Amino acid sequence: MAIWLNKDSKVIVQGMTGATGMKHTKLMLADGTNVVGGVNPRKAGQKVDFDGTEVPVFGTVKEAIEATGANVSVIFVPEKFTKDAVVEAIDAEIPLAVVITEGIAVHDSASFWAYAGKKGNKTRIIGPNCPGIITVGQSNVGIIPGDITKPGRIGLVSKSGTLTYQMMYELRDIGFSTAVGIGGDPIIGTTHIDALAAFEADPDTDLIVMIGEIGGDAEERAADFIAKNVTKPVVGYVAGFTAPEGKTMGHAGAIVSGSSGTAQAKKEALEAAGVKVGKTPTETAKLAREILAG
Amino acid sequence: MDLFEYQARDLFAKHDVPVLAGEVIDTPEAAREITERLGGKSVVKAQVKVGGRGKAGGVKLAASADEAVARATDILGMDIKGHTVHKVMIAETAPEILEEYYVSFLLDRANRTFLSIASVEGGMEIEEVAATRPEAVAQTPINAIDGVDLAKAKEIVAAAKFPAEVADKVADVLVRLWDTFVKSDALLVEVNPLAKVASGDVIALDGKVSLDDNAEFRHDWDELHDKAAANPLEAAAKEKNLNYVKLDGEVGIIGNGAGLVMSTLDVVAYAGEKHGGVKPANFLDIGGGASAQVMANGLEIILGDPDVKSVFVNVFGGITACDEVANGIVQALKLLEDRGEDVTKPLVVRLDGNNAELGRQILTDANHPLVQRVDTMDGAADKAAELAHAAK
Repeated sequence: MAIWLNKDSKVIVQGMTGATGMKHTKLMLADGTNVVGGVNPRKAGQKVDFDGTEVPVFGTVKEAIEATGANVSVIFVPEKFTKDAVVEAIDAEIPLAVVITEGIAVHDSASFWAYAGKKGNKTRIIGPNCPGIITVGQSNVGIIPGDITKPGRIGLVSKSGTLTYQMMYELRDIGFSTAVGIGGDPIIGTTHIDALAAFEADPDTDLIVMIGEIGGDAEERAADFIAKNVTKPVVGYVAGFTAPEGKTMGHAGAIVSGSSGTAQAKKEALEAAGVKVGKTPTETAKLAREILAG
Repeated sequence: MDLFEYQARDLFAKHDVPVLAGEVIDTPEAAREITERLGGKSVVKAQVKVGGRGKAGGVKLAASADEAVARATDILGMDIKGHTVHKVMIAETAPEILEEYYVSFLLDRANRTFLSIASVEGGMEIEEVAATRPEAVAQTPINAIDGVDLAKAKEIVAAAKFPAEVADKVADVLVRLWDTFVKSDALLVEVNPLAKVASGDVIALDGKVSLDDNAEFRHDWDELHDKAAANPLEAAAKEKNLNYVKLDGEVGIIGNGAGLVMSTLDVVAYAGEKHGGVKPANFLDIGGGASAQVMANGLEIILGDPDVKSVFVNVFGGITACDEVANGIVQALKLLEDRGEDVTKPLVVRLDGNNAELGRQILTDANHPLVQRVDTMDGAADKAAELAHAAK
């Protein structure tokens, strides 16, 4: 089970033949991901060999779906072309599009998000600027290292890539069902709330770890959602307590403006919803351990 | 990137949003010729990226060219809330103002769309109006694909209850302002005040624009960058494509991934509470690759910061294996020493994740006198804070 991705998922890679796409397609295949095709209109009809696995290249997402039955697309195309790639995935009505590319202009992400809405939201978008999604031991879509943890019963949703890895590693002895990096951009497809709802409904997940960071009010909204809808235990962590106002901290979304978006406000909102919030990643892992130990 | 008022004015003018004439100068004498051209009077406006400059004495009327030079002399070099005034705009004096309004377009990240904010009570901070008289502020969501055509603009005008006699003119300004917002890849375009003047026209008297740095690839923004304001370390880091923000503490921070580095700042600040209140000196994310060259560039910036007393390198090996990172650190130190850089500050290195054991072994074998290995994030932060405190 797990959420959104499993061993039966058939994955295509938009931008597979670029340097980043090649590198990560190889790693995804090594993790057992069923990569069934790549998309590049200029290389349609060719095949790419990854350590003995031949992956065909298609001209469009639609053709790739028709030929392979793909139901997941992961997008590695450069930021200038990402909007068009996402729009193509939406038009092809692929159920899941995972946008790894970072540095996308907000007007582009606002545009493809609005487009997805007009097309009836048939495509779940994860990202942009995210590490992807892994259902540990089954399928790995994106750039999350597949070997730092084992399959288990913790669900993880995070704005940050490296904090996702850190947490997966801290709790590697217990293991994870699915870990999803939703990205730290101002406009993202899948939110904390979407992942919380999916983990709540997932029989393979017993506990949810939620990682947030400064900027926006997604964590506050998630806290409200947890209070009303989540019965499973949730452990939280928020990065950026010491970030000064008005300075962008790496992620385009990670900026504190005025009184909103502070780590303290997020922590308080989560705690008010019954979420145990750790001061550091290590302490957060410890809280998760204590809850699972009963 | 936030723009100065004069840059916002120029951008509005380019998209046919009605504005007054104005030119930016950085020497007082230049005010003379412009004021003469404007008919012998002008407004001298400090160009700073902070509100409240009028109250701080940064906006003055000049009734003659001589007076404009005198006012420019006063204002240039002035400090407004920590911002030094390097430039002033010499602007046309406004005709008699009858009413002041507020209009803006901005990103609404909570709703993953754009938003229009409009009010007939302009001239003051919109946050203040929203707090005291929320009914006077009209918020209208804008679909990113549909945008703002005349019909949508009229909807905004109606929602904000603009007087009938200016409704068409304000709607027209809104369409042009939306054009500015989209074509400039802005995160915010704000006109405050949008003034109704005696002739019945509406004019954008002051504005704020914030542009999306991620969109720079499709614009020519070179001259918009405020080189004077950049911290020298931040400027040097930018030249090397490093994601660096200068902070005011003593522990230099290098890490991979924005979230992990933000978290590292927090962990160091907590640790500092036990060690004389030392704090992080910077944010520096060297990204996923973390080659020796990138590590060297990062270390060079950090070690060049006189405030830094110790350095904490916090790397989680994801796709990049820790042995590569460890080699990067060793090579980076050698590279800096070969270049004749002054490498004397202690480094605390924490490596975890992929091939962590191999990476730690490499550091142990290299046995560099300045490098200490601590294998947990919290423990390493504590050590780095302790060292910074000792050197303070």
